[in-house]
Amino acid sequence: MALNGHRGDIEVNNDEDETPTKPLRSAREEMTPDDPADEPAGGTATTGGPGASARGASLHRPGTTRSDSLRRSRPPFPWFGMDIGGTLVKLVYFEPKDITAEEEQEEVENLKSIRRYLTSNTAYGQTGIRDVYLELKDLSLCGRTGNLHFIRFPTYDLPAFLQMVRNKHFSSLHTTLCATGGGAYKFETDFRTMADLQLQKLDELDCLIRGVLFTESVVVSDPSECYYFENPSDPERCEQKPYGLQDPYPLLLVNIGSGVSIMAVYSETDYKRVTGTSLGGGTFLGLCCLLTGCSTFEEALEMASEGESTRVDKLVKDIYGGDYERFGLPGWAVASSFGNMLTSEKREGVSKADLARATLVTITNNIGSITRMCALNENINKVVFVGNFLRVNTLSMKLLAYAMDYWSKGQLKALFLRHEGYFGAVGALLELLHPS
Amino acid sequence: MAELDRVEKSSHSLDKSITLPPDEIFRNLENAKRFAIDIGGSLTKLAYYSTVQHKVAKVRSFDNTAKEASSEKLYEISVQEEITARLHFIKFENAYIETCLDFIKDHLVNTDTKLIKATGGGAHKFKDLIEKKLGLKVDKEDEMTCLIRGCNFVLRNIPHEAFIFTKHADSEFRFQNTHPDIFPYLLVNIGSGVSIIKRFDELLQLASKGQHTNLDMLVKDIYGGSYGSLGLTGDLIASSFGKSATTDKEFSKEDIAKSLLHMISNDIGQLACLYARLHSLTRVYFGGFFIRGHPVTMHTITYSINFFTKGEVQALFLRHEGYLGAIGAFLKGAEEDNPNQYSWGENYAGSSGLMSASPDINPMQRARSGTFDMLEMDRLERKLVNLPLLEDPSSYVPDTVDLTVDPLAREYWLFCFEDALDGVVKRAVASQPDLPEAVERAEKFRQKYRHKLQTLRQQPFAYGSLTVRSLLDTREHCLNEFNFPDPYSKIKQRENDAALRCYQKAVAALDALGWEEKQFALVRGVLAGNVFDWGAKAVSDVLETDRDFGFEEAKQKLEERPWLVDSYNQWLQRLKGPPHKCAVFFVDNSGMDIILGVMPFVRELLLRGTEVVLASNSSPALNDVTNGELQILTETIAAMDPIIQAGLKEDRLVLVQTGSSSPCLDLGRLDKELTIVVRERRADLVVIEGMGRAVHTNYFARLSCESLKMAVIKNPWLAERLGGKLFSVVFKYELPTPPPPAAPPMKEEEEEEAVFSP
Repeated sequence: MALNGHRGDIEVNNDEDETPTKPLRSAREEMTPDDPADEPAGGTATTGGPGASARGASLHRPGTTRSDSLRRSRPPFPWFGMDIGGTLVKLVYFEPKDITAEEEQEEVENLKSIRRYLTSNTAYGQTGIRDVYLELKDLSLCGRTGNLHFIRFPTYDLPAFLQMVRNKHFSSLHTTLCATGGGAYKFETDFRTMADLQLQKLDELDCLIRGVLFTESVVVSDPSECYYFENPSDPERCEQKPYGLQDPYPLLLVNIGSGVSIMAVYSETDYKRVTGTSLGGGTFLGLCCLLTGCSTFEEALEMASEGESTRVDKLVKDIYGGDYERFGLPGWAVASSFGNMLTSEKREGVSKADLARATLVTITNNIGSITRMCALNENINKVVFVGNFLRVNTLSMKLLAYAMDYWSKGQLKALFLRHEGYFGAVGALLELLHPS
Repeated sequence: MAELDRVEKSSHSLDKSITLPPDEIFRNLENAKRFAIDIGGSLTKLAYYSTVQHKVAKVRSFDNTAKEASSEKLYEISVQEEITARLHFIKFENAYIETCLDFIKDHLVNTDTKLIKATGGGAHKFKDLIEKKLGLKVDKEDEMTCLIRGCNFVLRNIPHEAFIFTKHADSEFRFQNTHPDIFPYLLVNIGSGVSIIKRFDELLQLASKGQHTNLDMLVKDIYGGSYGSLGLTGDLIASSFGKSATTDKEFSKEDIAKSLLHMISNDIGQLACLYARLHSLTRVYFGGFFIRGHPVTMHTITYSINFFTKGEVQALFLRHEGYLGAIGAFLKGAEEDNPNQYSWGENYAGSSGLMSASPDINPMQRARSGTFDMLEMDRLERKLVNLPLLEDPSSYVPDTVDLTVDPLAREYWLFCFEDALDGVVKRAVASQPDLPEAVERAEKFRQKYRHKLQTLRQQPFAYGSLTVRSLLDTREHCLNEFNFPDPYSKIKQRENDAALRCYQKAVAALDALGWEEKQFALVRGVLAGNVFDWGAKAVSDVLETDRDFGFEEAKQKLEERPWLVDSYNQWLQRLKGPPHKCAVFFVDNSGMDIILGVMPFVRELLLRGTEVVLASNSSPALNDVTNGELQILTETIAAMDPIIQAGLKEDRLVLVQTGSSSPCLDLGRLDKELTIVVRERRADLVVIEGMGRAVHTNYFARLSCESLKMAVIKNPWLAERLGGKLFSVVFKYELPTPPPPAAPPMKEEEEEEAVFSP
């Protein structure tokens, strides 16, 4: 517990074991080409405006330490948390593994069928995907032990999801569905009319922060939830390293979904939204689709990894022949994104892959610039980047790591979390278990 | 080279649009020196320093011994050649660069210039061409340093340089007063090697027809409405281009262009705000190719800045943003001439003024904006600073009515100046009877000024806020341009002579009065004198036809008390108190006004023990008395009047020039020496006389000492606007704002309520 610097709100097996959760072992599986991940990502849509500050997110409160009181207070299964973003719906599902024979007998068939369906598949319908490599095994929640599953599907497929919920008679389970993200508001009526479900709507930033702090606290090692890139300025030696976020505050949290929100977090309950930008994951994918004709996030990333942005962008050295020393601008810095595309000759010389790469670099660098300015204004030197834009997007992560390091002369540290886009959904689940 | 080729190809159609002959663009090349050039991706800006030879009117008193023999006239008027310095800036498309260089080479007569300062991204590309064509060595200067240097220069020297842009207001352009301290500020230059103007402008035009909501994912697309807890409304963009990934449909070019415009503008605005906040800056200027006077981009940038700073920071734009680099490079090359030691003034006659690039607003300008644009700045003889007696120099606005935001007033005054043009032309010709070509020159003046008026009708914001003062100044600049330095010289001379003959009698009559009667008569005298204003048509019509119209007749015209604005009783009360330490008197017209109106008033102040500083124009404007004339007049009066004589001798009466040649008065730009005198003598009374100085300007000016504004309204329209009639009197005696009383004990809650309750 002490390892994490703050107490998680979930206490388990507290009488027998000092360790709240067993170290999780679920090696990160790199995405393989045949992975059925073929849907656009982008993640939690966040708004592109500046921040009205929203302090007062309620996070952890002391959990009831006694198992019997836990039993009384905890909600009935199934336990879901949902985050309906502008591009993707993120769903977390807790699969209890400690079901007693007695429980098994009492359990209604619906519930069993839902559990079986979710845990025995890794893909659902045309577009739903379970990120198996993110699964948190042997997690203790509210006195129960089980596995936490991470599932996503595109927001445009929500009607199919609702149809399935209806077919499985989900509403007969009388459970509360905690949901966050803009879609919780936008589709509230659809949930009621199509699936006979009443949503409990939650603020997306509250959930996000709660989810981040919780996940980071329960995953203690191997693979570490939080990591950074060592030697970000040297591609040869740049390496992913675990980072212990024992002392997280103050923290700048940058959530890159369809759009971007930037929060300054001072404690579990004290945070404010500093600003946001509409140039996010949705912009990257949207522009890539227009420029290259691709249609999925994975496709766009794949192209970007093969392209060369310097053919598209005009660099400082293209203008000055080298560094612009007077103002400390290195020759490799981008002077004008897409600046080379003004002449037809240069346009003819670039590939779709180059355009995809330049789009990725433009969006990523812009987020980096805004983040860096916010960090300076808020006087914070630790930045955690989350959101589904970073999913399987090592290019952007390394670029952000490098940009933070280079422009701050080593003062700013870029940190990343393995569960990238799922924190809002986790936060929603926590709200179900521990209503604030 | 590819880029250059493209420019040339794409500019074939533009070649036809050169409407101005080159000698009207590259003016005064004969004496040009100190060249600088700023070559951007698409526009070239050329700067040079030249001297202009033009005629100035000088007055000189006759030798005293020869006086009686020569004539009845008091002084002689001579027109002399004077050489003044002028900065020329010309902006044109890169496509014309070769033609322009050829023209310059052919006309560059006597220059010992060896160097040309160069800046901008295109400087290296054209280096060889420039060196070959002009035979000058190209010396490169850092681009950003030039921008900053240029920005400082325009902010210091051009009063209405900066403006804010409001799309839906009566006037889109709101010009800002130049803050006496221009620092600190943030300059955002949105350049970018955009090389083809036409296509960029077409893109903006496309954007203005598009709908960004087809591609952008809005908050309401995600939330179904607003995101209330963060105060984000549904119409905000949550993800730029967020919808172009999720649909299979085709998007229109217009919509894509619009989304791009919003994306780029918002992003620039946001970054600018973050930098402004980091460095605690409240002034953010935007310039560069992206702006270039485009209402579309100025609007989106303004919107973005307002949004991100919640209105705390305003986006500011510059009328001459395109010239900053060239000005900066020029200043660097001209360091030995110490250009920053002087004050400079925008020459309205030679400058194009701000042109809107929007194709929708005015198609006529579109042709203009694509060709040549000029800025000329005259080096002023005197260094100009603000009057130390202004209550708040940073909020001081000289002009009473901003015609840019008052369409009715604008229409009237534009008509009024157009209507008066014939008379001015006639007067100009008459002032040079010995020069037969004066008729032709006067005709050119007419055309130029009429063209300016037409431009201002279309683009009231061309030279900053349109005001009666700017209309008058533009006319003076145009007259000077065609060598009519002082069309009223003969009239002034005649009237001065006539008035001098009445001086002793007038003073004797005043001295015969009782104290209280005398005070009133002195004020009436100033007012009656102020009727003699050749700038007012209602008066000049009378003066042209009735040669016998004199001081007494003028008194008859005056409104009886109570006047339109009448604080005479307070003034009288004040006079019963202790004398003022020192009065600064900003005078108006020659003749009856200065001699029979102002001088007796001054004499009385001197008698009371008050020192008097008489501030008059440095150069002619209408029939206003100039400092040169006033010297002679005062000496002549001193010879007749021992009180004036003693005042001069004891240095209790001093004559200083204002540094101005305008019929109006900008207390923010006065001769530095005047302000030193004011400070040294601890002046505690400012008297401003005449319609131009006390009504068109300074009517609302607040001073930190007592002030007296006296004028006769000689324009029926203005009289009606002020609620009076022709020859109504403004007599405004004001005390400075008392210092705020000590704050009462704080009752915070109550105060809040008082502010917010309906």
